[in-house]
Amino acid sequence: MRFTTKTMLMALAGSTMLAGAASAELTGDLKIFLDTSNPAPRATMEAMIADFQELHPDLNIETTIIDRDAYKTQIRNFLTADSPDVATWYAANRMTPFVEAGLFEDVSDLWQEPEIAEALASTKGAMTIDDKQWGVAYTYYQWGIYYRKDIYEELGLNEPANFDEMKSNCAAIIDSGRKCYTIGTKFLWTAGGWFDYLNMRTHGFDFHMDLAQGKVNWTDDRVRETFANWRELIDMGAFVDNHQNYSWQESLPFIVNGEAAAILKGNFAVAPLREAGLDDNKLDFYQFPAINPDVELAEDAPTDTFHIPAKAQNKDNAREFLRFVVSANVQTEINNGANLGQLPVNAKSAVDDDKFLNEGFAMLSENSPGGVAQFFDRDFPAEMANEAMQGLQEFMVFPDNLDDILKRLDKVQERVYQ
Amino acid sequence: MTAIDPTIASAKSERGWYKRNEIAVTPWLFLAPAILFFAFYVLWPIYQSIAISFYDWDGLGEARYVGMANYVELMDDGAFEVSLWNNLKWLLLYLLAIPGGLFIALFLNQTVTGIRLYKSLFFFPFVISQVVVGLVFSWFYLPNEGLLNGVLGLVGLGPINVLGDPTMATYGIIAAGLWPQTAYCMILYLTGLNAVDPEQIEAGRLDGAKGWKMLWYIIIPQLKPATFIAFVVTIIGALRSFDLISIMTNGGPFGQTRVLSFYMFEKALSEYGFRMGYGAAIAVVLFLIMLIFIAYFLWSMWAEEKGR
Repeated sequence: MRFTTKTMLMALAGSTMLAGAASAELTGDLKIFLDTSNPAPRATMEAMIADFQELHPDLNIETTIIDRDAYKTQIRNFLTADSPDVATWYAANRMTPFVEAGLFEDVSDLWQEPEIAEALASTKGAMTIDDKQWGVAYTYYQWGIYYRKDIYEELGLNEPANFDEMKSNCAAIIDSGRKCYTIGTKFLWTAGGWFDYLNMRTHGFDFHMDLAQGKVNWTDDRVRETFANWRELIDMGAFVDNHQNYSWQESLPFIVNGEAAAILKGNFAVAPLREAGLDDNKLDFYQFPAINPDVELAEDAPTDTFHIPAKAQNKDNAREFLRFVVSANVQTEINNGANLGQLPVNAKSAVDDDKFLNEGFAMLSENSPGGVAQFFDRDFPAEMANEAMQGLQEFMVFPDNLDDILKRLDKVQERVYQ
Repeated sequence: MTAIDPTIASAKSERGWYKRNEIAVTPWLFLAPAILFFAFYVLWPIYQSIAISFYDWDGLGEARYVGMANYVELMDDGAFEVSLWNNLKWLLLYLLAIPGGLFIALFLNQTVTGIRLYKSLFFFPFVISQVVVGLVFSWFYLPNEGLLNGVLGLVGLGPINVLGDPTMATYGIIAAGLWPQTAYCMILYLTGLNAVDPEQIEAGRLDGAKGWKMLWYIIIPQLKPATFIAFVVTIIGALRSFDLISIMTNGGPFGQTRVLSFYMFEKALSEYGFRMGYGAAIAVVLFLIMLIFIAYFLWSMWAEEKGR
């Protein structure tokens, strides 16, 4: 991380502009809990907080970084007992348990401020529960199909525009002795990504959300149609064998070694794939193709967020920090390729000049008329998501068990949404 | 010397309460820290778990009393049934560690050059972390590159995907668990074998006992204390099987390798688990199963004491 004094000053200008009258130097304490434990995001966050510290030298900032997975369970403890002033989390349904338990602060007042209301409008929906906003987003990233351009060229294939082309491409890839898609379902959620896309492409965003909210049964015929489409891919042998044994990281060597031609994944897969030697001549990206032409394209774009716990001690300082994080310059800086390598949430920020970020940004801003979903395990309630993803994994291994799986999910649905 | 020194007399009658009850009180004082900790860290949580199991609670908001509903739901929960059966498989198959440990101990109970090294090598798996054992075995089982399939391929079998196949995965994990557990039983038996009375072996030999008969009638009865401890630690080991499952399959494929402790964790404490009451109900069932064994252990220890 190399924030120069100049960018510092720009950030300062940005945040003071944004904060308007409330820009007086802060004093007192600010306790920040972060789940950004991977090396790059960790460095990004630490640098960003250091900049905030320079803006407010009298502020006593205390930062705690917790392992990303451990954080998911620890948050329950620290929100109820020893609350920080700012904490990271995820948007949409993933916040519901904490919002319902009254553990997140309502920050609708921030969203009234013109700067935020305009610049962050795109993530407002994901931050809203019961017409109130419960935090701000700080980054998001696209999902889509990352594929081996060189293999496609070797076989004379193009990026598919619809499901038929997707299948014919896949058939050609299988004929060449490769698999079409690599996936590792050991930790289940990767299968959720496939279901998100297949369901949104078959029946659209609204139907997918109805299912997420329990308004549609899993045994509904339309859900079966989605699974039928999926089954076509499974039956032709599109996915790597034994995917239930691998984590997503362990599934990457298949695409790196050319044993599989593509992977459906979030933009975070780019960094490890590049590191493994796939440069931009070998790795490319396309939007998940349309299946039902009557359905508007919708995308998954998971959003990571900052919240103020309801029991925070220094809520004014926390609000100022949130304003700082979402300000245009800070957003540009922390999301650039050298830092998070993701998309900024502020409309006035610049997207870093990176092939995949540009494609993803264009896709989400211009070619996703249906809507933007968060991700399977963020849109569906936690318990439903967990049971369902297990069912999805089972379906991918034993497609014949579908009836059984759907009935089981109906039963879970009945209890979860009561 | 007829007159009693008044100071002594008064000192005697003024001895403090503690001095007067020293013999009765002292053992309790020594026990007090242990009792306090046991009550606070064992008994109180047991009570709390049982209490929570009657509630519907996400761990954050208000708890709602639901009576026996969690238990009723357990009856009808396929995943719970799978976990229960898996626990049973663990309990039964894990006991193989006892004969396994015994035979390795008998094998190693000889004096040849470097026997200490061999013993340490056999004991090694018990020293390394369960997490490492799990990782090593999951590589061993890997469907394509794994050593197991390499060996099976040499004799024209396989390939099999042990951990990816719901019917085999649990057995695969138990086999991994047996590796360190056998080593543990072996060390228990090795110490036990040191205490075997050579005169009895001599006497047996004079009476013509050898081989299996010698083992069964002379050696094993003398190893009874070691067998008891081996049984206790193996049962406990089987019931606490958690780390291997978590590392090797994460409960999968599709929940087929879960045991009760893992299922409880998943329901109550994991990333998607928000059902404290339901998790507590699973914990209570697990506790009842353990209680059977605890009662048996206590009873046999008590019988032992009484027999002396």
